[in-house]
Amino acid sequence: MTTFPFESLSGEHRDIGLAVGVAIGIAFGFVLERSGFGRAQKLVGQFYGTDMTVLKVMFTAIATAMLGLVVLSSAGVLDLGAVQAFYPTYLWPMVAGGAALGAGFVMAGYCPGTSIVAAASGKLDGAATVLGVVVGSLAYAEAEPLLRPFLRAGELGTYTLSRMLGLPAGAVVALVAGVAVGAFLAAERIERWLSSTAARTSAAP
Amino acid sequence: MRRDPDRFWNPYLGGVALGLVLLATLVVMGKGLGASSANFRAGVWAVRAIAPEHVASTPALSWVARDRHPLDDWIVLEVLGVAIGGALGAITSGRFGREVLRGPTMGAGGRLVLAVGGGALMGFAARLARGCTSGQALSGGAVMSVGAWAFMLSVFAGGYAMAWFVRRQWR
Repeated sequence: MTTFPFESLSGEHRDIGLAVGVAIGIAFGFVLERSGFGRAQKLVGQFYGTDMTVLKVMFTAIATAMLGLVVLSSAGVLDLGAVQAFYPTYLWPMVAGGAALGAGFVMAGYCPGTSIVAAASGKLDGAATVLGVVVGSLAYAEAEPLLRPFLRAGELGTYTLSRMLGLPAGAVVALVAGVAVGAFLAAERIERWLSSTAARTSAAP
Repeated sequence: MRRDPDRFWNPYLGGVALGLVLLATLVVMGKGLGASSANFRAGVWAVRAIAPEHVASTPALSWVARDRHPLDDWIVLEVLGVAIGGALGAITSGRFGREVLRGPTMGAGGRLVLAVGGGALMGFAARLARGCTSGQALSGGAVMSVGAWAFMLSVFAGGYAMAWFVRRQWR
């Protein structure tokens, strides 16, 4: 029996792997668009509390994929450790990069992936964001020698939530799902509260 | 079927669909989704056309151009697919059309400047963090990487911290 992931991007399978890449991208782009992620207002609503779609879609997606990984891994279909090895932790560059990316997100109205969807839907602000991401990533390459001492700050290797919390992977999925449901209930409440406040404000003379 | 541009998928069902796309990617490709490194590769390709010796002498650029063409990577094809899928979704839902999305009091020029600026900040940040919301938060988050979760929480923190300063472009 083949254990996934197979070596889809090397040797004789490379061409097939690249074609599969396009197919995966089409599915990814279509789902993002239909979830509303090709529209800046829908995305940034997250940061003003008026539309929590980003939180709902993202947490549901993570919990779904995580559950699938654990099930497939315990069925022996997938090597979870091999997949996790692709995502090592460098804590401080990730915290700093995350904060800067979040700030850029609310400025641009998109994250890098959703800006591709917006640009492809004809949104010029999406295309401007795509261009900005190109420029910023090139600027990073120029600054990289100066940043080198910082890039390995908080290097923890393949450090998973299971290891950090001392819990089996299945328990981590249950925990993430539980936190997600709590966050969804809170998000629905905040949306209702803010939209009723907005309705009252706009109804006032 | 009537097209309604203001109608979106239920976010929880959209999330399940996105999760299944991500799961299929992890199973078949052995790694997750991504986006920003395709922009980077396109940038290296452009710089190499103008100043090939600069690419060769800058290690953070040359590594994507050494053995193969900078665009010869699965992530570039995946992002090409994202553009096709995004366009299909927009066309079939009546959301396709040339416009600058912004609040009623914001000028189009200012909005585009903020979009380029925000994009540049994200491009820099995504290289620093080894991935963006797709490659790090979503994919790394699903494989339980602690760094990816720290990244994701920082994205939300950075977004909330900046939101007040740019609120005028949305209203």
